[in-house]
Amino acid sequence: MAEIRTETMTVNMGPQHPSTHGVLRLVLELDGETVVDVSPTIGFLHTGIEKTAEQKKWQQVIPLVERMDYLGPQSNSLAYCLSVEQLLGIEVPDRVKAIRVLIAELQRLSSHLVWFGTHAMEIGAITGMLYAFREREILMNLNELLAGFRFFPSFIRVGGLREDIPRGYKEAVTAFLDRFPGKLDEYETLITKNPIWLDRTRGVGVITLADCYKWGLYGPIARAAGGDYDVRRAFPYLDYDTYDFDVIGASNGDVYDRYLVRVAEMRESVKICRQALERITPVGEWAVNDRRVVPPPKDQVYTEMEALIQHFLIYSQGFTVPAGEAYVPVEGPRGEHGCYVVSDGGNRPWRVHMRSPGLMACQALHKFIVGGMIADVIAVIGSLDVVMGDVDR
Amino acid sequence: MSAAELIAALSAVVPEAAYEVLEASDSAVTPSILVPRSHLLATAQALQATPGLEFHAFSDVTAVDFHPDRQPRFDLIYHVVSPHRRARLRFKVRISKDEPVDSVSTVWPGAGWMEREVFDLFGIVFEGHADLRRLMMPDDWEGHPLRKDYPVQLKKDASTFMPLQVSPEEFRANMERDRQSRPRTS
Repeated sequence: MAEIRTETMTVNMGPQHPSTHGVLRLVLELDGETVVDVSPTIGFLHTGIEKTAEQKKWQQVIPLVERMDYLGPQSNSLAYCLSVEQLLGIEVPDRVKAIRVLIAELQRLSSHLVWFGTHAMEIGAITGMLYAFREREILMNLNELLAGFRFFPSFIRVGGLREDIPRGYKEAVTAFLDRFPGKLDEYETLITKNPIWLDRTRGVGVITLADCYKWGLYGPIARAAGGDYDVRRAFPYLDYDTYDFDVIGASNGDVYDRYLVRVAEMRESVKICRQALERITPVGEWAVNDRRVVPPPKDQVYTEMEALIQHFLIYSQGFTVPAGEAYVPVEGPRGEHGCYVVSDGGNRPWRVHMRSPGLMACQALHKFIVGGMIADVIAVIGSLDVVMGDVDR
Repeated sequence: MSAAELIAALSAVVPEAAYEVLEASDSAVTPSILVPRSHLLATAQALQATPGLEFHAFSDVTAVDFHPDRQPRFDLIYHVVSPHRRARLRFKVRISKDEPVDSVSTVWPGAGWMEREVFDLFGIVFEGHADLRRLMMPDDWEGHPLRKDYPVQLKKDASTFMPLQVSPEEFRANMERDRQSRPRTS
């Protein structure tokens, strides 16, 4: 009998592979079906947003940073606005904080629903995708009601919000929150105890907590491995310490635990949304009363010379931010988001840098998949929830 | 733990390094210290391994270019976290152009790609890095885009291999015009 040749095979996956969530290219080295090595290549979606931001005025950067992590846009703009407000020394009113919390948690739901749908679809449960996108459509409609934009609302501004929440918004959100937990149960009956799902996800893509931290992985990935680090609890912003919610954890650090953590997080987000809704008074402030950054109300602009001048200055020259630096971490859907902002005292940022949780996940990909099967690569990438816009910026 | 206490704890482990406290608007949550370039690696190891500091988690490294206002022109900014102590730290290293700096990817492997990004976009060389290649830009790209002297005003054809076509005089004029159009608070 002739000797059987044994050699490894190199396979290229991506950048146009449908389940790489955008344009992630993996060069996999395979021994049969086992992954021996992987080298990820990124940068296909690099659009130089950090460089572009240096040419824009402070308020013009908000729509730009929203386009980084395009599934959680408002956690980007929240991180940016909080950092700029830190530099300006602005503390926003309580009502604005509550509205921002509501927006951020709805954003987390929306992002987790896309993760749920695509992750389920990639492992073969196409129904999950159809169900999740049905609920996400309502969240998109809520964004449309809020700001007139479905994907990138740019509603969070430096010093507060673009305007007050529209009439009917609170009722629409309440209707969604009433509907959503039942739908979540429905998803779980489809998937959580599904034997095929369990076989595909349990014990796959395991990572230890120590490795998570060393490789810069926080958020649901680290919490599924036994961590309890949640920026909302560890370094509270927007008064998150006054909200009643649990930090969800699991211990195995595999694909299935990451699934459980994210699904349970959605339930916690619903709880936070309800508490935030209670705190939002029907009428009240929607921005800080600071004429440096927030234009005067329109009735004053039409009747007072100083207000008109200030309005004109903010929209033509832009406002200036005191020289210095700030980094305010926030808990985005994918982990710790943060915007490192440097000002030289001018009307444009000197440097804007967004910490990207997805970049860290792509970097550590070999920790999850080397030694596993090639089919599990898809399950792992789905469970890491990387968004290439956020990775490449 | 304040920046001064951190420096006291660090000086016990790395006695020959001269640390400085830096003031920032967010010092209450994230204390900032300045680390001398020569002691970066020793400091990183101390931060990670010293009991009571235990910054096990790596968060971020990036750079800021202060050209032409300041020499040395680059700040390297590291953010590290101690998840169980609920503590954060920012430390900075000041370096000038063409000055290499030690890689901390041996201490926190998560720094690997972030340092590649800084190398790609700022041209800062990390010594001891296992795989220092461009990360975002194509391999044949010329220049380092996030440097302040990188000509962004230039209109040029979208090809990745053409050299940048701007004379030093044109470029200085562009930079000067850009600087003067920038209102200052002080």
